[in-house]
Amino acid sequence: METNELNAWFGSFQAIKNVSMKIRGNLTTAIIGPSGCGKSTLIRCLNRMHEVTPKARAKGRVLLDGEDIYSRDVDPVEIRRKVGMVFQKPNPFPTMSVFDNVAFGLRANGIRDEEFITKQVERSLRQAALWKEVEDNLDGCGAGISGGQQQRLCIARALAIEPEVVLMDEPCSALDPIATSKIEDLIFDLKERYTVIIVTHNMQQAARVADYTAFMYLGELIEYSKTKRIFENPEEELTEKYITGRFG
Amino acid sequence: MDVRNVYHRLKDASRYAVLTPDGRFELFCAALASAIILIIIMIVSYLLEGSIQSIRSSGIDFVIGSRWDVNRDIFGALPFIAGTLYTSAIAILIGVPISIGVAIYLSEMAPDWVRAPLGFVIELLAAVPSVIFGFWGIFTLRGFLRDSVEPALNDTLGFLPFFEGNPTGMDKFAAGLILAIMIIPTVSAISRDVMRAVPNSQREAALALGATKQEMISGAVIGYAKSGIFGAAILGLGRAVGETMAVTMVIGNKNSFSWSLLDPGQTMASIIAINWWEADSGSLYQSALIEIGLVLFGIMLIINVIGRILMGRMIRLREGAVG
Amino acid sequence: MIYGNLKVRKLKDRLAYAIALLCVFAAAAPLISILLDVLVKGLPQFSMEFFTSELPSPGTGEPGGIGPAMIGSMYVIMIGSAIGIPIGIFSGIYVSEYGNNWFGRSVRFLTEVLSGLPSIVVGIFAFLLLVLGLGGPTAYAGGFALSIIMVPVVSRSTEESLKLVPNTIREASLALGVPRWKTTLKVVLSHGRAGIITGVILSIARIAGESAPLLLTVGWSPFVQTSLSEPISTMPVLIYLYGTSPYENWINVAWGTSAFLVIFILSLSIGVRLLTRGRFAYSRL
Repeated sequence: METNELNAWFGSFQAIKNVSMKIRGNLTTAIIGPSGCGKSTLIRCLNRMHEVTPKARAKGRVLLDGEDIYSRDVDPVEIRRKVGMVFQKPNPFPTMSVFDNVAFGLRANGIRDEEFITKQVERSLRQAALWKEVEDNLDGCGAGISGGQQQRLCIARALAIEPEVVLMDEPCSALDPIATSKIEDLIFDLKERYTVIIVTHNMQQAARVADYTAFMYLGELIEYSKTKRIFENPEEELTEKYITGRFG
Repeated sequence: MDVRNVYHRLKDASRYAVLTPDGRFELFCAALASAIILIIIMIVSYLLEGSIQSIRSSGIDFVIGSRWDVNRDIFGALPFIAGTLYTSAIAILIGVPISIGVAIYLSEMAPDWVRAPLGFVIELLAAVPSVIFGFWGIFTLRGFLRDSVEPALNDTLGFLPFFEGNPTGMDKFAAGLILAIMIIPTVSAISRDVMRAVPNSQREAALALGATKQEMISGAVIGYAKSGIFGAAILGLGRAVGETMAVTMVIGNKNSFSWSLLDPGQTMASIIAINWWEADSGSLYQSALIEIGLVLFGIMLIINVIGRILMGRMIRLREGAVG
Repeated sequence: MIYGNLKVRKLKDRLAYAIALLCVFAAAAPLISILLDVLVKGLPQFSMEFFTSELPSPGTGEPGGIGPAMIGSMYVIMIGSAIGIPIGIFSGIYVSEYGNNWFGRSVRFLTEVLSGLPSIVVGIFAFLLLVLGLGGPTAYAGGFALSIIMVPVVSRSTEESLKLVPNTIREASLALGVPRWKTTLKVVLSHGRAGIITGVILSIARIAGESAPLLLTVGWSPFVQTSLSEPISTMPVLIYLYGTSPYENWINVAWGTSAFLVIFILSLSIGVRLLTRGRFAYSRL
C-alpha cells in the first residue's frame, strides 16, 4: 500500500499535507505523533472513511495493489472490504450477539452459506484470541463483554471479511494495561497474514509492535523508517525531540 | 476540457442517473419524505380553492364582520375567531399557572417515590381522547359548574361584564376550563423537562448564598427556565386553539360573541364541526366554513412557529450550558 | 435588616410548597374524575353482547352493542397506519441520515407544521380531496385523514431515535465494506428500533381517539361494513353522536365505548412505556 501526495481537509482546515509513504506488506507500521497531528485522519484516508465525516475531503493518490483507491470508478465500499478498520473505542453492535457481530460483515456482503459463516466466525475469533473466552457465549450480547474483549471482538469482526490491510486507530487507548498487552500480542501475530497499520500515541507501544514507524507533525510526515532506527537514531531533530519527550 | 475529462464527467453523471443501490435508497426515502411536502402544499391549495368563493363574496368582512346569517348568506366569522381566542386565553390563564406549579412540584419538591409515578400519570393523561373530555364535560363538569361554581362567580363577581347572566354550565367558561384541563398534562410535562435541564450548579449556587428553597426556585430555576416555560405555554395555546370536539360539546354553540363567560358561544373549530354536514357541497355556506378552517390554520401556524422559535432558543441555551 | 426576616422567608417557603401541592391536586382532580367517571359508568356496560352486536335503536331500552363501530375504528386505524407508518419512518430516516441539506431541513420544518395542524383542518382537507373525490363518505377518507395525523408523530420519533444512534456504530459497519443503505437498514434501524416502535404505537394510540377528522369524512352506518368504500361508524364518532343524544340507552353505550377506548389507549401508552423503561421521551406534541 502506498500514498502519493495525499492531502486531506476538514472544511477549510488542512489536516494532512502532501503525505507520501510506502507501506510494506505483511509487516506492522505504526504512525505516531502528538494529538491533532493528522495520524488518525491519515489512516481514515486509507479506506476512504475520511469522506464519511461531513465536509471532509481528500485529494491525492492511495495505491492498493497498484490501483488508486481514489480513482473515479472505484467504489469506496469495495475498498473498505479490502482495508478493514478497528476504532479507538470498541464499537461492537450492541443490538447483536457476539456471533452476529462477527458474521455481520459476511452476511451484509451477500454471503448466505451459514456453514461457511460459522467456520469463518470461529476462525476470526481464534485469530483475535477471543475464541476461548466467548466459545460458550456466542449468543450473548456483543456489548455485554469486557472492554478488552469488545475490542478483540471488533478485530475479529474486521478479520472475518478477510481484508488485506487492517487499520487500527489507537486501539488500546480505552483499555487497561492487561487488555492492552493482549491486543499487542495479537497485533504481533496478525502480521503473518495481514498488513497492519496502527495509529498510537504511545511510543512504547509502537516500539513493541511495529516494524516500521512514521512520525507525523502538524499534518506532515516528518520521518518514516524502520522502528529501530526511528527510536535509536532518528534523522530529524523534531523526531528526536518527540521521542525523548522534550517536545514543545 | 480534454476528452478524458468529459468521459469521466459522463460516467459520473450516469452513475447518478442509473443510481447505485445507495442512491436508490436515498431517493426512496426522499420520495416518501416529499410526501410530507406534497401534503402541506395540497392542504393549502385545497383550503384556498375551497375558500375562494367565500373570499370573493365576503372579502375582509369575513374576519371583521360579526353577523353570521346562513339564510341571508352573510358570513362574518369574527364571533368565532373571538370565541376561539377568548376560550384559549381562559385556558392559558387557568392552565398555565397550575401547570407551572405541577412542574415545580415534580422537578424541585416531590420525593423520589412520587416523582416518577406522578409524572407518568400526568403525561399519560395527554393521551385521553378529546371526545371523552367533552363527554365528561357534559355529564359531570356541567352540573358542577351550573350548581356550584358559576352561581358563586355570578354572586360575587356578577358586577363585572365577564360574569353576568344565568349559569348553565354549557358556556365559554366551561369551554375554557375544559381546555385548561386538557393542556395541563402537555404544559406541565414540558415545563418540568425544562426545569430539570437547569444545571444543579445553579441551584447549589443559590442555596450556598443562604437562599430558602422557594427563593432558589423563583430565582435560580425559574429565571433560567423562563423562556422554555413560555414556549411550553405557547404550545399549550396551540393545542387549545386547535381543539375541536371537547369544546364543541360544552360551549353551548351560540353563533354570537359576548364577553360574559357564563354565556354560550362558538369557536372556529366548533362551528365547523357542528355545521359541516348542514352545508351543501359547493354552497357559499360550505366555502365560508372552509375559510374558517383556513384562518384557523393560519393562526395555528403563527402560534406554532413562535413556540418553536422559543423552544429552539431554550434548547440552544441548554446545549450551551452543558458544552 | 437587609436579609429580610428569616421567619417571613421560611413562611414564604412553606407557602410555596403548599401552593405547588395545591396545583398538583387541581391538576389531578379533574383527570381522576374523568377516569373514574368513564370506568364507573362504562365498565358495567361490558358484556359479550356489547362487543359483538349491532348498534341499538334509540330510546328503545335495548342495550345493543358496538360491534360495527369497533370494526369501523379498526378499518380507519389500519388504513391510517398503512399510509402513515411507511411515510413517517422513511421520512424520519431521510431527515436523520441524509437530511443535512435544504430539502431535509424543509421536510423537518413541514413535519413540525403538520404536527401543529388542527385535526378539524385535516378533516376538511380529507373531505375536499376524498369525500368529494369518491362521491361520499368512506372508510378510505377517514383512514387517509388519520394518516396525516400519524405521519409527523412517527417521523419525529424515528428521526429522534436514529439521531441517538452513535456515529461509531455507523462507522463500524461502513468500515466493513457495507454500503450505506445496508448500514442504515441493518445497523442503524435495529439500533433505533425501540424508539421507532414506541413512536408507532403512540401514534396508533393517538389516532384511535381522534374524532374531529372522522366526523367530516366517514359518515355513519349502523351496520358492519365489509367494504372500505362505504360510510362506517367508528368509536370516537359514536361517543360524540350517542353521548350528545337524549336517549338513555345510547348514552350508556357511549359510556361503555369511552371506557373501552380509554382502556385501549392507556394500555398502549403504558405498555410501550414499560417496554422501553422510559428511555424515550413520551411524545406529547
